This record gives sequence, structure tokens and C-alpha cells, in this order.
Amino acid sequence: MRIGLKNWYKSGEPWVWLNAGAVAISIIMVVGLLALIAVRGLGHFWPADIIKANYTVPGQESKVIAGEIVESEEVSAQRLRDAGIAISAEESEFFERQLIKVGNRDIYGSDFQWILPAFLESIEFSENIMVVERREWGNFYGFLKEVREGDRVILDDKPLWESFQQRIARAEGIHDDIYEIEKHQIGRINAALERLRLKERRLELESKLTNTAQAQLQLERAELQQEYKQLEKRLGELYQQFNQDYFVAETVDGRQVTLSIGSVVRAFQPNAMSLPDKVAHYGDKVWEFVADDPREANTEGGIFPAIFGTVMMVILMSVIVTPFGVIAAVYLREYAHQGVVTRMIRIAVNNLAGVPSIVYGVFGLGFFVYFMGSTIDETFFPEALPAPTLGTPGLLWASITLALLTLPVVIVATEEGLSRIPRSVREGSLALGATKAETLWRVVLPMASPAMMTGLILAVARAAGEVAPLMLVGVVKLAPSLPLDGNYPYLHLDQKFMHLGFHIYDVGFQSPNVEAARPLVYATALLLVVVIAILNLSAVAIRNHLREKYKALEV
Amino acid sequence: MSEAMVELSTDQQLADKKAHAIDMQSLGRVKQDLDIESETTCLDISGLDLFYDDKQALYDISMNIPQKRVTSFIGPSGCGKSTLLRTLNRMNDLVDGCRVSGKILLDDQDIYAKGVNVADLRRRVGMVFQKPNPFPKSVYENVAYGLRIQGINKKRILDEVVEWALKGAALWDEVKDRLHESALGMSGGQQQRLVIARTIAVEPEVLLLDEPASALDPISTLKIEELINDLKSKYTIVIVTHNMQQAARVSDYTAFMYMGKLVEFGDTDSLFTNPKEKQTEDYITGRYG
Repeated sequence: MRIGLKNWYKSGEPWVWLNAGAVAISIIMVVGLLALIAVRGLGHFWPADIIKANYTVPGQESKVIAGEIVESEEVSAQRLRDAGIAISAEESEFFERQLIKVGNRDIYGSDFQWILPAFLESIEFSENIMVVERREWGNFYGFLKEVREGDRVILDDKPLWESFQQRIARAEGIHDDIYEIEKHQIGRINAALERLRLKERRLELESKLTNTAQAQLQLERAELQQEYKQLEKRLGELYQQFNQDYFVAETVDGRQVTLSIGSVVRAFQPNAMSLPDKVAHYGDKVWEFVADDPREANTEGGIFPAIFGTVMMVILMSVIVTPFGVIAAVYLREYAHQGVVTRMIRIAVNNLAGVPSIVYGVFGLGFFVYFMGSTIDETFFPEALPAPTLGTPGLLWASITLALLTLPVVIVATEEGLSRIPRSVREGSLALGATKAETLWRVVLPMASPAMMTGLILAVARAAGEVAPLMLVGVVKLAPSLPLDGNYPYLHLDQKFMHLGFHIYDVGFQSPNVEAARPLVYATALLLVVVIAILNLSAVAIRNHLREKYKALEV
Repeated sequence: MSEAMVELSTDQQLADKKAHAIDMQSLGRVKQDLDIESETTCLDISGLDLFYDDKQALYDISMNIPQKRVTSFIGPSGCGKSTLLRTLNRMNDLVDGCRVSGKILLDDQDIYAKGVNVADLRRRVGMVFQKPNPFPKSVYENVAYGLRIQGINKKRILDEVVEWALKGAALWDEVKDRLHESALGMSGGQQQRLVIARTIAVEPEVLLLDEPASALDPISTLKIEELINDLKSKYTIVIVTHNMQQAARVSDYTAFMYMGKLVEFGDTDSLFTNPKEKQTEDYITGRYG
């Protein structure tokens, strides 16, 4: 039986298919996007095998190369011929080309090299080849020759590799001590000294700097200086120990280098590693990425400060935007006379949501940072001038700017929630002798709290992914310290901070070492998505809890 | 939506009862000898006009609502009986463009005078609405709400009052084991009695009931009616109802309203058996559509 096209159209079937198609496309896009960044980003941390081979391009000198294959692509033979590689004409039109990470930037000048696998000879995967991750100059690929303590070559009965690893572990321990002293203890003393300086300056400005006050300050300062001297001495000792060990290594093409073991983050022999070893190594690397500071212009190490900065900023933004948005919505919906003016305000609020975010950045810079910040500086922090305290981009201004950006969302959602509270419940409260304010506070606002959370969820989703305005009002590519630490006043609202979104931009497009940074762009993007998802899911969980509590009451 | 359905069912009832006056004996009502002149006045309404913007909804209403009696307002939909009820605790203040002139005296005090504390008035004149409207809180907190508003937070006092009020609303035995569960999990009838308990917890002088049983099933309705009977020894009760049998069952005095005017007000027995006005007779015998 043939159903006519018209009947089929009338049955509504095409719309079902259209809808199903749209949903399917959406899901495929989301999953595909996540899968792409996950695969590209997470693959970076896997310890790939190191290939070693002779590479002889016709018409050029033969050389030995070693490294890990990062990616491959097809290029036309014509392009290669243009590049001066002699390829006979009868060979195929296209050639495979591979990007190999050869490391040893200090020796070769570049970490990566394009090669044509067709010209590789005597390929081998030597178990002895090692990868040394260094604090500077990227990875080193080569063979370990000897380990030295000062000028003395270590020759004990243990295998060379084992004593090398031992000394790396020892250096790592010292490095941690040094980090602790430099970052925390000396940081604390510096912060205290700075506070003393500001105190002195303040007294001076108020012309209260008497001799006794000065003597007191001098005394405190001397104490701190004394402490600093001790730390400096200890630091000197540590550095001496740290730099005592060396190792000699040979690159695959036979060049010998002597490097300090202090410069090594970790060394491993991927070709000799079993699968569990590799998995453990992989876990290590991922953890480092999530929990450590960045190294080498953000192309190595972790992105913890960026995660921390993002979360911190979003939390501060939420804390600022919620009360403002809720109060504004309550006023608009409950107290304001519903007339032309309120309608205009509503239109203005809705339009605010459509303003491009960079405009908020410009506004934040001009109004918050330059105007409000410098006014606050003049009033409250005159001792620090001409150095600005709040008169410069920082965490506080970034949070406030984003709060402003997300304010319309919270207002609209809260108003929506308030308008849905049944009139009967308000009347019930009023009939018991409650005033309007008491009714609002005890009944209406708790019942509208799920709607407020919905607004906040939307606000968080928007704010966490926003980058453009932040570049103007407080985000930097590398912040020297976290905005939350052990130094008074603990939460440093005036400090600049790192942000995952900006980090992606910086690593991807501002990095001196683009090839090395590319996988990190994917990994950071994945992490940004995960962070936003976690922030959102926790807000959704809170909202669902509230909804459960205040549900029913059929309108 | 629900309003329309109530109207519809009332219309059907009216159609069924066409040409049947209310048979007072069959309702199990004992004839009372009441006289409005000898009652103590609780609320003295005189010359009350009410406007929604330019539209007048109440015309020159004057009546004395007697103390510790049940007074019912009956009349067809839109006659202004709910509006009149809501003027008694100034609930109409919440409606934009609502204007009132005339006087309502409670204890010789005009409740519409300047400087009257409306919240205080509403505490003295409690109100129960057509649809149960418990707060999304526990049973206990619902009843304690009015006290907490007054700043009473001592647990001992609250416990006592909650128990007393729930017993007063004949709900204690049903909920005493789940005082701290959400009130929204209760049945409609229980919710309505909870709302009554919540209202009497603040010890008002007057209870205004705005069609308290119209959203409930017959058994719950019966319970509410029994409750009204129990409560009338302590409170002045004013009830608005669509249901004439209900008015005949529970009230001592009845006011019949039509088109915003008070047509007839008198003791329930006389009004239903021997109405003075033609309009009243037509209505109670079901001659109004």
C-alpha cells in the first residue's frame, strides 16, 4: 500500500524525523568535540616509543636521528622537489611526511623535525635510549654514559641507570626544599618587609613618623633581615648540594654533553618500559599537569595556577552577582510600581545581556580599574603610591566585571522565579500578620531559590568561559603567585591571576614553541570544559536539592 | 480553570435543586432562636463602597457581624461576597487600584483609619483561603510560622502552641508522628485543616473562611464543617460559601448578596425558611441560573 506524500506530510512524521535529526546532530557534535580534544590532549602524556634510525635524503648527508613520532601528513612530491629534495619523477605523487620530536633544543636549535619515512634506514627501538625531561631546554634524547659527583665519576656496583635515578630523586628532594624556602619563607619575609615599608610611608604621610616609631620599625626590619640572612645561607648550601651531581650523555649522533642532575625533572627509557610502567608514568604526567606550576613559558609542566584562578574568579563572581541580581529582581518584581519606568529598566537589563563581552572589559578597565581603583588607592592606600594597589587590573576587578556581565541572567531568572510563586502562598503569609518584607524573606525567597540557582548556573557557565574581557581587567599569562596564600591578608584581591581560557590562547598562539604547545592547548581546553562542567554540576545539584524541598504547590 | 469548574458544578447543583427550597430539618439542623439585635457586635460595617479602579464592586454595605457566631455570605458568583470578606482584614490592599470608602469598626477602631498597623490587624483577623496554601515547610514550622513572625522562638512555647493549635483544628492525632515532615505531603483536607491550625495559632479574634471546603472532597468538607462548629465558641467566624446547604448547616447568620449589594441579612433559619426579599427567595429556591 502506498501512502501518498501528502498524507505522510500530514501525519507529522517529517517533523519527527527533522527533530530527531537535529537532536542527533547536536549530540554528535558535542560528543565529537569532546572526543577530539580528549584524544588530542590526553595522548600527549603517553610515553611514546623512541625511534632511532639513519636518515638519508638523496643528495644530502646521512645522519642519525632519534625521537618520538608526533604526527604525519601527506605532501605532494612537487612541494618536496621545490624544497630541494631530489625525488625521482616516476615515484608516487604524494609522500608521507612525519613530524618527529627530536628534542635537544640546546644542541639542534629546534625540538621538532619533519622527515620523510621513506628515507629512514635501519630503524631500531633501542632499550637504552632515554628521555630526560629538563627544567630548561625541553627534552633530551640520548644515551647515558656516566654519572659524576663534582669531577669524580661515580663507579659503584649498582647499574648506572639506577644510581642516576637515585641522584635525580635526591636532587628533586632538594629542589622541593629550595622551592619551599624561596616561595613561602622568603615570600613571607618579603611580604612582611613590604608591609613595614608601607607602614613607614603611611606614618610619614600622616607626619607621625617619630623617632621611637622609626626605631621600632628599624628593629622589626632588622629582625626580618636577620631571618632572611639565615635563609639565604641555607639556600646557598642547598644550591651547592643541588648542583653537585652531573651526568654525561651522548646524543644519537655521537655528541657528548655534560648536564647538571639538578636540571632534570625526570628521566625514563620508554622503549624498556612495560605497559604498567607506562600507565604509571602516564598517571604521573597527568597529575603533574593538573597539580603543578607551568614551566618553560607554559609549554611544559602543569596548569594548576590557571585552574585555581578560574575557579577562584568564578566563585568570587558568584558571590558578587547573586546578592545584586536577587535584590534587583526583588525590587523590580515586588516593590517597584509596574509602569513605564520598570518596563524600560527591564528592556535595559535584557539588552545588557546582549552587549559583547569585550565591551564589558573596556568598561571594567575604564571605570572599575582606572576610576574606582585609583580613587580607592588615593583614599585607602596612599602609602603605596605611585605604585597602584587596586588601581591596576586584578582579581577583584575581573570578578566584578564578570558579575556585571552575568547580572542580567540572574535578574531575569530570579524575576521569573518570583513571578511563579503562587499568590495564595503570599496571601497565606500576609493573613497571618506577616509584613511584606517578612513574607518575602521567610516564604517567597526560599521558594524562589531554585530559580536563583538556575540564574547562577547560567551565569557560571557564561563567566567561566569568558576570556576577552578578562584580558583587560586582570588575567596574565604567568602569575608569580596564587591569589590565595599564607601571607596576610591571605586573599589577594588586587593580584593578577591566571585563567584557563586565556591560558589556551597564550599557549596556542603566543608560545615560542608552537609544536610543543599544541597538545597542551587540547589538554587545557579539555580541562576547562571539565572545570566548567564540575562548577555547573555542583550548582545543578544544589538547585535540584532546593527544588525537591520546595516542590509541589500546584500553581 | 478551577474557578470555572466550581461554577459549573454549582450550576448543575442549582439545576438539580430547582424549585426546591432548602429543607432545614433534613440537614440535621436544630432550630435556634437567634436575634441579631441582641448580639454583641464584633465587626461593624457601615456605608462600605469598594472600587476596582472605576468599577464599583460593593455598594453601600452596612451590617453588624456578631461576636462568636458563624456568619455566612452567600450569593451567585461575582456578587462581591469574597471581596467583602477580604475587606475585613484589608487583603484587598494587595490589589492594585482598589479603593475603599466607608467604615469597618473592630473594637470601635476603624480598620481603614490612617496609622492602622495592617499586619497587626491581620493577626487579629485571620483568613483561610479557598485552596489550601501551606508553606513548603514542615507541619510544625507551618503552625509556628505566625509565632515566629511575632518573634517568639522559644521551643517550649512553640511546642505547646503547635500542639494546642493542631488539636484545635482536629489534626493532632493524624500528624503528631510526622510533625517535621513536609506539609506538602498531606492530603487536601489535612492541608486545609493545617491552614486553619496555622491561623488559630496566632489566636485571632475573627476567622475569615473564603470557601474553605470548595476544593475538598465530601468527607474532608464534613470535617471542616465540624471544625467550624467546634471553633465558634472561641472565635467570630465569617464564611463565604457557594454551597447553600453548607451555609444552612454551619452558620448562625446569613447574608445574601447580589451584584455588589447586600440584599438581606438575618439569622439563618429565617433567611432560608422565610426570606423577606424576593431576590433571596429566588436564589435559595434555585431560580437564578
